[in-house]
Amino acid sequence: MCSMTTQETPLINVDTLREQIIKNDVRIIDVRRKDDYNQGHIRNSVNLPLANLLADPSPENIVRIAEELGIEDETPVVVYDDTFGALSSRVVWALQYIGHKNVKLLDVTFSQWKELSLEVTTEEPEIKPVKHSLNLRSEIMATAEYLEKAKEKKNVVVIDNRERLNFLEQHIPGAINIPYRTLATDGRIIRNKDGMRNLLKNRGISEDAEIITYCGSVGTLSGLAFYALKSLGLPNVKLYVHSFKEWKNLEKPTQKQENASYWDLSAE
Amino acid sequence: MAQQLRPSKSGSKKPNIDWSRREEADNFADTVKLFRQGKIEPDMFRRFRLQHGAYGTRMTDDYAMVRIKVPAGEVYPHQLEKIAQLSEMYSIGSAHFSTRENIQLHWVVLEDVSEIMHSLADVGLTSREACGNTVRNVMCSPLSGVCKDELFDATPYALAIAKFLLRNPLNQALPRKFKFNFTCCEKHGMIRIVDVGLLPQIRQIDGEIQKGFKIFLGGGLGNKSFVGHELEEFTPVDDFLYTSIAVLRIFDRLGDRKNLARNRMRYLVNDMGWEKFKNIVLKERAIVKATQSVIVKLRIDESSKEITRPISISNESTEHPDGFERWKKTNVFKQKQVNYNSVFIGLESGDITANQLRTIAQITRDFSGEGLARNGFSQNIVIRYVHDDDLINLYSTLIETGLAKTGSLTMASAVGCSGTTSCNLALTNSHRLAKEIQRKFLELKLDEDDDLRDSSIKISGCPNSCGQHEIATIGLYGGGARFGKDMYPNYVLSLGGRFDGQSMLGHHTARVPVKRVIPVILEIIKLFKKYKQPDDSFSKWIDRIIHGNESSEIKSVEDIKKIIAPLLIPPTKEDDSDFYADYGSDTSYHTITGKGECAA
Repeated sequence: MCSMTTQETPLINVDTLREQIIKNDVRIIDVRRKDDYNQGHIRNSVNLPLANLLADPSPENIVRIAEELGIEDETPVVVYDDTFGALSSRVVWALQYIGHKNVKLLDVTFSQWKELSLEVTTEEPEIKPVKHSLNLRSEIMATAEYLEKAKEKKNVVVIDNRERLNFLEQHIPGAINIPYRTLATDGRIIRNKDGMRNLLKNRGISEDAEIITYCGSVGTLSGLAFYALKSLGLPNVKLYVHSFKEWKNLEKPTQKQENASYWDLSAE
Repeated sequence: MAQQLRPSKSGSKKPNIDWSRREEADNFADTVKLFRQGKIEPDMFRRFRLQHGAYGTRMTDDYAMVRIKVPAGEVYPHQLEKIAQLSEMYSIGSAHFSTRENIQLHWVVLEDVSEIMHSLADVGLTSREACGNTVRNVMCSPLSGVCKDELFDATPYALAIAKFLLRNPLNQALPRKFKFNFTCCEKHGMIRIVDVGLLPQIRQIDGEIQKGFKIFLGGGLGNKSFVGHELEEFTPVDDFLYTSIAVLRIFDRLGDRKNLARNRMRYLVNDMGWEKFKNIVLKERAIVKATQSVIVKLRIDESSKEITRPISISNESTEHPDGFERWKKTNVFKQKQVNYNSVFIGLESGDITANQLRTIAQITRDFSGEGLARNGFSQNIVIRYVHDDDLINLYSTLIETGLAKTGSLTMASAVGCSGTTSCNLALTNSHRLAKEIQRKFLELKLDEDDDLRDSSIKISGCPNSCGQHEIATIGLYGGGARFGKDMYPNYVLSLGGRFDGQSMLGHHTARVPVKRVIPVILEIIKLFKKYKQPDDSFSKWIDRIIHGNESSEIKSVEDIKKIIAPLLIPPTKEDDSDFYADYGSDTSYHTITGKGECAA
């Protein structure tokens, strides 16, 4: 297995994963609730509910989690969820952040896996605790302080991945809104490359820009956006992992679309 | 949530007409870029944008509203699913059913509009000529084909003229927008409030049955509204196209291109006088017929509809679920076809979530014998050819997704234009007010009241009539008012508007502060209940008052005014600050408007 470089796609498709399962050289992480996992999961997968990771998202704790899941520095890892790829993206990002090189997102959800009539098992793989090193990749992470300075620079784009109404109500000044739903396409958690390129082209986002993504609170929706951008091989993408919740808590400036009652258009 | 990742289901009925043209999407994307680079004049860009169905949004150039045309209101399950997906991807997660059978996506980033156009092309839909100075969406009564009182189904004609005019050079730069409405009968369409209104007619000549229309010209609602004029007793269907071309040519030639505020065709008709206008139309029609180099005919698809009751699971329990009777009474229309029904699905001000749209698509597949849905005239959706035996199952499905609102066919389903939720011209949040009124009516179970059934409430957020307030039994349009130095949102209340055979515009009655609108409406209903005659209806009572024919104590609009007067007195801001805020806003009211685009 070659290690992941920035050019390589962060996505893995169903066929490739099945080959890896057969060869038994992959550690799969199922990011669903424990109960759902127990009822059936992809062979070789271990369970990591996102809440377990978010309870203490410090790099040290992520290393500890990886070790408990039997992930060594060179272990190929694939992550899936059953929402739309946002939870699994957040886990992939966490592993990359601590320096794990070979980790990928399954490009379909668990429901879709089942719809394809692929193998589901209740067997749990044996996990031997191992050691994992910590080589923090701070270049994929943005803090509030970093974002605040960077967004004033040219060729830096801040993308808000929350839904449109939340964005209109309040956002980081200068951010543009690409709701996470925009990123998916029929049958895949992330658009194909042409579709993704076209979206960026229409929005005038240059592929060599430094792009910082954020969402509501913990970097899931924006994690998906991070990998949608990475799927094109964009060199400089960062996740503002603590996102808008922290931004507001820090009482940083925000912007609002004024003088319109857009909430009343929603049928929710 | 993973639902949206799945491709739409196959196996459902597909439309015969593809309204789209894919290259328009790329052209739109390129033009937006040129506009952003300053290489296209804003006015020119605006005209282009509107021609392609992207309307401006309140106080911003960054967003647009995409108006998807649904000609004759016919929409198919896979199209609804596509729109559901687009609303989540590019809009606010909800879509909006308009009073003109369009489906609108609001707050779309201008740069994303082309992506929507691409996706619409996947399902054969277009937003082309949905705005701007063109022939807008051609409407047809949602009951055409199923109404007991109709002489024949006008739907194929509505589709044919829509197809003929879409992208037709005849219609690309009219002095102003232009609207066609087809109906089934006098009661269910709005043929007298549009440029061209068409009522199916049949006559017998030498024992032969001939189809035709009664055509009404020059009607329209707006800052100044007019009721349309009848062109002639009977226009054979073969002359319908020539008449339409003649009218469009006259309007194109003689319509006012300077005075943007009064250049709809109704002003031309009014200025010229009906008799003169009528003669010009008849003469022009003769010229059109005589001078065509090739025979131009509409392609009418009148092949009889295939109605197949989708296989559905029989309902084993004989017990009716809660609320079923009330829903059936207020939402279900019995078709002329034995055992079949048209089910009206009520929305609040026409708004619907993406998931609800998916439900409608599924319901259409599961329960409609014709396999498609129809947009209504009142911001609603109609599922037709539902078998008697399937109503309970359908109702149960609606309940699960919050779509079982009662009162669709009654006064409770108030219509509200988009107002300050997105429109540049709006002065008040008419959209929310309509929702508030509907909620209050349902809470008081006024939808079950037979006396109120044939009445309507329609609201516009400014004097322009997108909410069609002038043809409502109770009409309201928004504006600002002042008490001392403090402003508050205010509505002009009109009574007695109607759009049937006796079409008339509502009678201006009073100015009502927004937070008093509901109490005033309830007070007027209370008066009606007190003074009504046996077998009376609210709309009949209002009619008598307006025409001076009421014999009870309430003889005139002035009498109503006197009784509601105490409700209209503003409190001081200190006593009641809520009085000074519009619905959906917690700050003090002030009027702000941007540039209107109706005239662009």
